[in-house]
Amino acid sequence: MCLVMLVPCALAEQARNSCVDCHSKLEGNLRVVVDQSLASVHGHKGMSCTTCHGGNGEVEAKDKAHGAGFRGRISRAQVTELCGSCHADGERMKTFNPSLRTDQLALYHTSVHGKKRDQGDERVAVCTDCHGAHDILPISDPRSPVHPANVASTCKQCHSDGGLMKSYRLASTQYADFSESVHHEAMAVRGDLSAPTCSTCHGSHGAVPPGSASVANVCSTCHVLQAQFFNESVHKDAFPEGCATCHGSHKIKHPDDNFVGLAKGAACAECHSADDDPGQAAQAIHDRLTQFEAQISDTRALMDRAANAGMDVADAELEMAQAKDALTKARVRVHTASLPRVEAELSTGKMVAIKAHNTAEEALRERNRRRKELLIPVTAFLAVVISLGAYIRELERKPSD
Amino acid sequence: MNATARVQTWIDERLNLEEALSPLREKTVPVHRHSTWYFLGGLTLFLFGIQLLTGVLLLLYYHPSAGEAYESVQNITNRVQFGWLVRSIHSWSANLMVFCAFAHMFSVALARAYRKPRELTWISGVILLFLVLGFGFSGYLLPWNTRAFFATKVGTEVAGQLPVLGHAIMVFMRGGEDVSGATLTRFFGLHIAILPALTIGILISHLMLVQKFGASVPESVEKDWEKHPERKKEMLFFPNFFLRELIGWYAALAVVIALAVFLPSELGTKADPFSPAPPGIKPEWYFLAQFQTLKLIPAHILSLDGELLGILGFGLGGAAWLGLPFIEDFVGARRVRWVKVGIIFVMIYLASMSVLGYVSR
Amino acid sequence: MVTRALPGECPFEKQNATSMPRRTALRFLVGTMVASVASLLYPVLRYLVPPPESGMSANEALAARIDELKPNSGKTFRFGSRPALLVRLASGEYRSTSAVCTHLGCTVQYRPETSQIWCACHNGCYDLTGKNVSGPPPRALDAYEVNVRGQEIYVIRKQAA
Repeated sequence: MCLVMLVPCALAEQARNSCVDCHSKLEGNLRVVVDQSLASVHGHKGMSCTTCHGGNGEVEAKDKAHGAGFRGRISRAQVTELCGSCHADGERMKTFNPSLRTDQLALYHTSVHGKKRDQGDERVAVCTDCHGAHDILPISDPRSPVHPANVASTCKQCHSDGGLMKSYRLASTQYADFSESVHHEAMAVRGDLSAPTCSTCHGSHGAVPPGSASVANVCSTCHVLQAQFFNESVHKDAFPEGCATCHGSHKIKHPDDNFVGLAKGAACAECHSADDDPGQAAQAIHDRLTQFEAQISDTRALMDRAANAGMDVADAELEMAQAKDALTKARVRVHTASLPRVEAELSTGKMVAIKAHNTAEEALRERNRRRKELLIPVTAFLAVVISLGAYIRELERKPSD
Repeated sequence: MNATARVQTWIDERLNLEEALSPLREKTVPVHRHSTWYFLGGLTLFLFGIQLLTGVLLLLYYHPSAGEAYESVQNITNRVQFGWLVRSIHSWSANLMVFCAFAHMFSVALARAYRKPRELTWISGVILLFLVLGFGFSGYLLPWNTRAFFATKVGTEVAGQLPVLGHAIMVFMRGGEDVSGATLTRFFGLHIAILPALTIGILISHLMLVQKFGASVPESVEKDWEKHPERKKEMLFFPNFFLRELIGWYAALAVVIALAVFLPSELGTKADPFSPAPPGIKPEWYFLAQFQTLKLIPAHILSLDGELLGILGFGLGGAAWLGLPFIEDFVGARRVRWVKVGIIFVMIYLASMSVLGYVSR
Repeated sequence: MVTRALPGECPFEKQNATSMPRRTALRFLVGTMVASVASLLYPVLRYLVPPPESGMSANEALAARIDELKPNSGKTFRFGSRPALLVRLASGEYRSTSAVCTHLGCTVQYRPETSQIWCACHNGCYDLTGKNVSGPPPRALDAYEVNVRGQEIYVIRKQAA
């Protein structure tokens, strides 16, 4: 059995494990599969059944095996303290992995799960619900339920259960919303493990929904500039919920330029209209952004035409990249809610886009020039061919003419 | 005597040029309804000349190392005055030369001009075709772009499938186990030194053989002339035939330059050995027929590897084609028509496989 | 029957051509041929003259002049068709990396306050060798070699063989 994982097993105790000898023959919940626990991170560190369950793993007789110190089945109420008996013990953890944190249990007690459990609620999440029991893997292992790519699916097991959530008067749409978001797409589709998942914003052991005032703090860890600009703007005092006011919390979609302005569905239109100055500024920002984007696409199309005709547009490529950067910067500055600041970025961008456009136009002009210049040798060759024909005719004219 | 005549006499007194040139002065070309096909050989030669000239020009700026090849071609195309023109002419003229070589060969085959005594001319010609394909294969890699890199990878892998010697041949071609800078150096040496030397040698023999035996006349015309000798027509090579050839050459040059201006060759992206092959990699059109054939052969035929059988088939086919004059002797005078049918079948097969290869993904 | 030039009038024999139309046709032919050769010779001759900066390959670029950057500051410049970053450390030394963030491609910048390379899009940070040290970027920035030649600072990209 151990041959399956020969090398990793080298460190594990090869002593008789009488627990497994019996329990592998049992059915249902009492059935223990050997590979599971030996392959787990605990198994690799030399621990076995008795570490958590107590008892004696070296004797066959049941009464002796289940003798002194046997804890039997660990109930849900006992799980956290049992895990914490090692994992919250700094001295003990140091002998296994000094860089592992030991505050998980303490944090847990501050979390909603922990508080409820301390009040006696047995349905909330305990250690084993997220980490597993016998088959616990390190979080860097892609098979672990708490690997960043798997966290959301693990949380969803309870939090998408409508009935369960209703009893706590909680929504159960968070996972569904999150799976439509740009953050989920970054992780699940693009494989970007740095993208946020449930635990990034809510915490893992100390899981709480961030208070409405602190949502922005969470977002600003990555979206530094947007948060900074927002804080400088008039909207900061108006909206204590910050980012979530316009962008939502779970179903955060990638905003496009229509998110700004007064059109139906735009965020600004929720409060402003064409009758007030800010509303008009919002619409102006929208118009400037879409106009610049159109300018960039036109230039891009022109560059593609030139490239397809075999002309070199490398210079224009760099300028295009700079123009796109300027557009991104302008969009970020939308959070200032200030038209002049957005326009400042756009004017830099426009100058660069115009340069790219001119480079592409010059390339196309050169192409046309080459096509016209082609007429020179072709005309000369045509003249030669005609003269050849005439000369041959002359040469072969019969003397009687 | 005017100046030209004096120079001529001066040279003639020392080098006996008159004696050497007189056979050329007398050289004639038969004139009949199929005479136009005679221009193809000279056209191929002319295009080869263009390749030599544009090739030497490209050599002045090209850097044959993996780190610099692509950039040097980029330099030629974008920065050197008329570099784009030289490069695109070289690329288009290569394609046209291969096409003319095939056309010349097939017109000779259909006219059965390989008959006695012209067997050696035929053999040297087929060898020249293989050399031209070698030029195409080796030159294609030199810009070191993605397409060329993977086309070379696939092409050399096919060679590696041969039994016994295949792997050794592949390593020899690649200069190592994989396509790398070593392959580029090797192909460069092949393309600018080894192949030109071989080609010029064999080309001279081919031309001398043509000079010795003159242009072959199709059997039907020959018979007609035997019966009606007054119908026999000939033309002096110099100046009459040659002036006509010049028309063809100028027209071809105009076409090549127009193609270079309207359909310039692309640079592509620089080859990256570590990135996966882009989908739909195909060889150049003159290898498409073989490529498509290999794709269509089932993986196994009677427990033998299909691709291997395909390659061996090509080898046998090439050998048979080379020995076409002897095959004719083998099948006997009565079955000659079948040889012609066979040739037409080969032409149709190659054409349709090429088209299929072009349209398939 | 052999088609040949009229006896005594082949231009390849002694010059005895007598007919006017023949001479004109020949002169015209020679003239057009000379013109055609000239139209070919012109691009060839232009080709033979090397362009001004043909020594510069896409593996090397002029990044800045020697007194352009103050210590502890950075400059974005063009390298090939992508942006690159040249940083002058407080000690006066130069470092150079690609300026394309390995996360989502935004252009990074030098931050004098922290002496780090920073990406404004999602707060990614790199150290001065290009190594990604915090935030989303999954890989280091490509590092380039800096070569000071006289008054000019060149940046060179290492090539894989």
